[in-house]
Amino acid sequence: MNRRENLKLLFTGTFSTGLILTGCSPEEQASPENALLSGGTIGGRTDEEIQRDKELFSETFFTDTERKKLSTLVDIIMPKDDESPAASEIGVVDFMEFMMKDQPGNQTRMRGGLMWLDYEADEKFGKAFNELSESEVMGIVDEVAWPDTAKPDYEGGVRWFNALRNLTCSGYFSTEAGWKYMGYVGNTPNAWDGVPQEVMDKHGFQLEKKYLPVYLKPEDRGRVAEWDADGNLT
Amino acid sequence: MSFQIKSSGDSYDVIIVGSGAGGGMASKILSEAGLSVAIVEAGGDFDPAKEADRTQLRPPWESPRRGAGTQIRPFGDFDAAIGGWEIEGEPYTRKDGSEFDWFRSRMVGGRTNHWGRISLRFGPNDFKRASIDGLGDDWPIGYDDVKPYYDKVDKLIGVYGSKEGIYNEPDGFFLPPPKPRLHELYLKKGATSASIPMIPSRLSILTRPINKDRGVCFFCRQCNRACQVYADFSAGTCLVHPAMKQGKVDLFTHSMVRKVTTDDSGKATGVSFVNVKDMKEYKLQSSVVVLGASACETSRIMLNSKSKTHPNGIGNSSGVLGHFLHDSTGASRSGIIPDMMGRERYNEDGTGGMHMYTPWWLDNKKLDFARGYHIEYGGGMGQPGYGAGGNMESMRKYITDEFGKPSPNGGYGQGLKKDIRQIYGSTVGMSGRGESVPRFDNYCEIDPAVVDKFGIPVLRFNYKWTDQEINQAKHMQDTFEEILTGSGAQLLGTKPGADSLYGLAAPGRIIHEVGTARMGNDPKTSVLNSNSQAHDCKNLFVVDAGSFVSQADKNPTWTILALSWRTSDFIVSELKKKNI
Repeated sequence: MNRRENLKLLFTGTFSTGLILTGCSPEEQASPENALLSGGTIGGRTDEEIQRDKELFSETFFTDTERKKLSTLVDIIMPKDDESPAASEIGVVDFMEFMMKDQPGNQTRMRGGLMWLDYEADEKFGKAFNELSESEVMGIVDEVAWPDTAKPDYEGGVRWFNALRNLTCSGYFSTEAGWKYMGYVGNTPNAWDGVPQEVMDKHGFQLEKKYLPVYLKPEDRGRVAEWDADGNLT
Repeated sequence: MSFQIKSSGDSYDVIIVGSGAGGGMASKILSEAGLSVAIVEAGGDFDPAKEADRTQLRPPWESPRRGAGTQIRPFGDFDAAIGGWEIEGEPYTRKDGSEFDWFRSRMVGGRTNHWGRISLRFGPNDFKRASIDGLGDDWPIGYDDVKPYYDKVDKLIGVYGSKEGIYNEPDGFFLPPPKPRLHELYLKKGATSASIPMIPSRLSILTRPINKDRGVCFFCRQCNRACQVYADFSAGTCLVHPAMKQGKVDLFTHSMVRKVTTDDSGKATGVSFVNVKDMKEYKLQSSVVVLGASACETSRIMLNSKSKTHPNGIGNSSGVLGHFLHDSTGASRSGIIPDMMGRERYNEDGTGGMHMYTPWWLDNKKLDFARGYHIEYGGGMGQPGYGAGGNMESMRKYITDEFGKPSPNGGYGQGLKKDIRQIYGSTVGMSGRGESVPRFDNYCEIDPAVVDKFGIPVLRFNYKWTDQEINQAKHMQDTFEEILTGSGAQLLGTKPGADSLYGLAAPGRIIHEVGTARMGNDPKTSVLNSNSQAHDCKNLFVVDAGSFVSQADKNPTWTILALSWRTSDFIVSELKKKNI
C-alpha cells in the first residue's frame, strides 16, 4: 500500500480494529533499524533545525577512550539476553554522543564521571578503567549502581551513574528492538474501541452503563455527524 | 514553507495580525462575508498533510535525539509547534523577581499546533465571577451572548464529549467520546471513592467526520504533532487554509508586525511590519485592523503603536492595556498502580490526550480560595521514546517479585531491563488547571531598554501569585493524593509543600495567559467594549484572549474561537452600516 492510499483510507475512516497498516513509505524503508539516524530529524524541519543537526553531527565529543568505557558500561546496564540485543549493538553510545552535543549542559557531569572511573580504577586496582577485568569493572560499578545502599563517599558517582542509566535506557527503549522488548504496539492507525474485554475482566472493570450508548462505535466512523436542535446526534 | 511579499500600498478591507485560534476564525468569517483579508503572520506556513511537514507517526529513531525536546520544540522533537519559551533574537524580560514564562509559536496556526485540544465552554458563572465572590470584575457579556457562537464552533470544528447537564459546564453539540483507557478506569475508581466526578473529556478531535474536507481520528495519540488528515483542530488546517481556498485572503508569512498605523484622527490605517527574511520594513493598508497575535503579543503591538492621538499606545487611554494579565494555575502529582504492572499489551494509544477529566466540583464559598480548577489525567502505554525506562534510581523499589520482595532502586542488567518492562504502563499522573484572580498589578509593559532583532521594543513581565492561587494549589495536592490513593496507587515523590508553593507552576507555564486588553463597559477601566472593539479606535479589534475579563477554570481556546466569530459578525455588520 502506498502513502496516498494510506491517506485516503485514513480520511474516509474505513479502518476496522483488525486492519493494521504497515509502514512502507520510502523513508521508512530506509530508516536504520539499529543505528543512530545520521542525517538529522526527519519531517517538518526548519532551516535552522537542519543546520543545527548538521553541525552537531560534524562535531565529535567523546574520545575513543571514553567511547570504550561507555560501551562497557551501557552493556552492563542493558545487556544482551534471549529476547533483546545489547545496548552497544543498537547504537546507544552513538545516541549518547549526539545527546552530549545536543544538551551541552550535561557534558561536564558525563566527562567528569568517565574521568573518575580511571581514578577509581587506579585506586582500587592500579590500572586504567579500560584495562580492568570484568570482575574488577563490576567492583567499581557496584559502588555507584545502588543509590539506596551506596557508601556516602560515592554520592557523586551514584548521581553520575543514575544519569548514565537514564540516558542508556532512553537510547535503548527508543529503538525498534526496545519497542519489541517492551511490547509497544501503537504508533499505527487503528480504531480504539476500549480496553479489550479480557483485560477489563481481569482488572475487574465494567464500563458505566449510562455511557454505553454515548461512546463511539467504530462502525459509525464513516458517517458524517448531524445533530438535532438539542445537540443529540441523529 | 511559503513566503510572499506585497509591495507597500496594497489595501484590504481587513488586516488580521496572527493566524491562531482568534485570527484564524476571523479570517474565515470575514472572508466568507466577501471581505478582502490580509493575514499577517510572524512565522512560516504549515500544512501537516504535506509530507515535508509531517511529524505524525514517526518513531523516535527518526530523530537522532529520539524525540527529546529542543529550544524551538520544547515539548519534543516531533511536536508541531515551532517557537518555544525562548526565541533567538526575540527576547522578553521580567521585573522584580517575576517568574513569568512566555510560550510562542511562529507559524500558521500559532499555538493551536501544540495545545491539548481540550475544548471547554465557559459556563454562566464564569462570566460573572465578581458578582459571585466580589473579586475582580464581571464580563460585560454573559453566557447567553456567547452560547450561539459556542454552538456554531462545535459544529464547524467538532468536539467530542458527553452531555452531563452540569450547570457551569455547559453541554454542546458533541461527537461520541472514546471509551476510557485502563488507567483512566483505575483513576475513576479513585475519584469516585473521593466523591469527585470524572467524566468523558471534551476534545476537539473528530471521532466521526463533520464534513468531507477533514478525516477522522485514527487513534495515534499524537495530536501535538499535527494531524495529516486534519482530524484534530488547528487554526491552520481548519480555518486559515479553508479561508484561503474560498475567499479573498492573502497570507503574509514571516511578517513581524511592529505597529498599527493611524491617521491624524487616530483611526487605524493598517500595519507596519518587518519581513523577517529580507529584514525590510513594509506597510499594508486596510479599513479595519484585527489583532489576534496572542494576548501578550497583541498588547505589545498596541503599546508600541504610539501616535499623537494615542500617546500611551493605541487603545490605551485607560492605562489598563497590558494589565490584568493572568494565566491558569497548574500543579501536578503522579503515582504508580501496582495492579497495572506487567499488564497485557495492546494498542492503547487512543486520541491525543485524556479520554476522561474532572470538571470543577466544589463550592468555593466553603473553601479558602475563590476559584476552581479542573483535573487532567495522564498515563497508559505511551510510545517509548526519549525518557523511556527512566527514574529507576527511585522507582524500581515499587516493583516486587512473586514473593513480594521489592527490587532495589537503581542497578543494571537483565533484572533492570525486566523491571522496566514490568513497570511500563503502570504510572499515572494528574494536573490541576485552575482559575486565578485577575489583578491590575500583574501586567506586561514595554521594557524601555530592550528591543528584539527587528528593533521592536519587547515586553517586560510583572507577575506575582497571591494566596488565592497558592491555597488552590494546596487543595489540588490534597485532592491528587486522595484520588491516587483511592485508585490503589503508590504516590511518587514527596508531596509539594509551602516552600514550593505546593508545586504551583510559574505564571505563563500553563500557556493560558489572557486579559491584557480586557473588555468592559467603562472606557476608563477597560481597553475594549463588549464586541472586542477598542474604546479609543473604532476600527481596531482584538480577537485573541487579550479581551478576557477572567480566565475560567477551563482552557481558553473554545472561548477565543466563539468570541472571534462574534466579533467578526459585528465587524461585518458595522461595515455594512458604514459605522467603521
